[in-house]
Amino acid sequence: MTTIDYIMIVLSALLLVIAFLAVSEKKLIKSVIFLSAVSMLSVVAFVVMKAPDVALTEAVIGSGLVTALFVFTLLSIKKEEAK
Amino acid sequence: MKKLLGFILTIGLGLLIIFALEGNALFDDFGYANLDDRVSSHYITKGSDVDIIFGETVDPESGPANIVTSIVVDYRSFDTLGEVTVLFISALGVSLLLGSAVTQKRLSLDFKPNFMLRVASRALFGIIIMTGVYVTLHGHLTPGGGFPGGTMIASAMLLLYLADDQFRAKIKGFKILEGVAGSLYVVIGLLGLVVGTYFLQNFLPNGTVGDLLSSGIIPIIYILIGLKVGSEISGVIDNFLTEEEKQ
Repeated sequence: MTTIDYIMIVLSALLLVIAFLAVSEKKLIKSVIFLSAVSMLSVVAFVVMKAPDVALTEAVIGSGLVTALFVFTLLSIKKEEAK
Repeated sequence: MKKLLGFILTIGLGLLIIFALEGNALFDDFGYANLDDRVSSHYITKGSDVDIIFGETVDPESGPANIVTSIVVDYRSFDTLGEVTVLFISALGVSLLLGSAVTQKRLSLDFKPNFMLRVASRALFGIIIMTGVYVTLHGHLTPGGGFPGGTMIASAMLLLYLADDQFRAKIKGFKILEGVAGSLYVVIGLLGLVVGTYFLQNFLPNGTVGDLLSSGIIPIIYILIGLKVGSEISGVIDNFLTEEEKQ
């Protein structure tokens, strides 16, 4: 096995663990952050698998935009509840 | 008990998928598929017998140096039109739900942004916009293209919204830009129908592979997609970050 294979195995294990954490986490904001981490790690996985186009899109949309929109939605919900 | 049942169900479904794919005649083992039977091999060789060389080959069947772009915007351009429509419909849904109130005001932040934060975010704004424009313009040469480039432009808007509690984009201009860019995409497709033989035909000369001004209408379409996606997602961000004004 080459170095890339070892990197992929560690990456896949991390992805599975963090994805599980994102589902099982009770606090919504932490869940969103875990989701962002899953996106970030999958960017690395896509680059290793030689798919730079998908990696670029995932980096911008998955870990940037979607996380921000989720956080703002949670903020708005919190404000509504505080009233 | 519930969790255990869910676990067993997941394992069972996973095993079902693995066993169904094992030895299935429809799916060849890795490395054993006959690529000459597949349409993808035509896309990679661009239908020519000789190799495509970056910076040398003149006027191939499909211009872009980036294979993904040559599939997404040339061979399968009609699919991309559908994809843009899907994004448009989702943006429409968001604005119907969140942006229908007559008077709207900025969502107020809990903290007061200081001077440094505001100036630094303005400086960073330019850099992010430039990266987005670069990725969009070079979509036919390097990884990227209209969708990531447009989203980068929109995330620059998001940065301004985050760092400045007074900032509000002039959203009407974005809506006009979005409509014009989307219509021009269809108009270019119809031009292909008039000049050539089919919808979205590449009617301009392809030029040399690897030049910035090459591959006919593909850079034009990617710029239009970048403008459309950027203004659309900026509109969605604006909808998320404004709220109804209470009388």
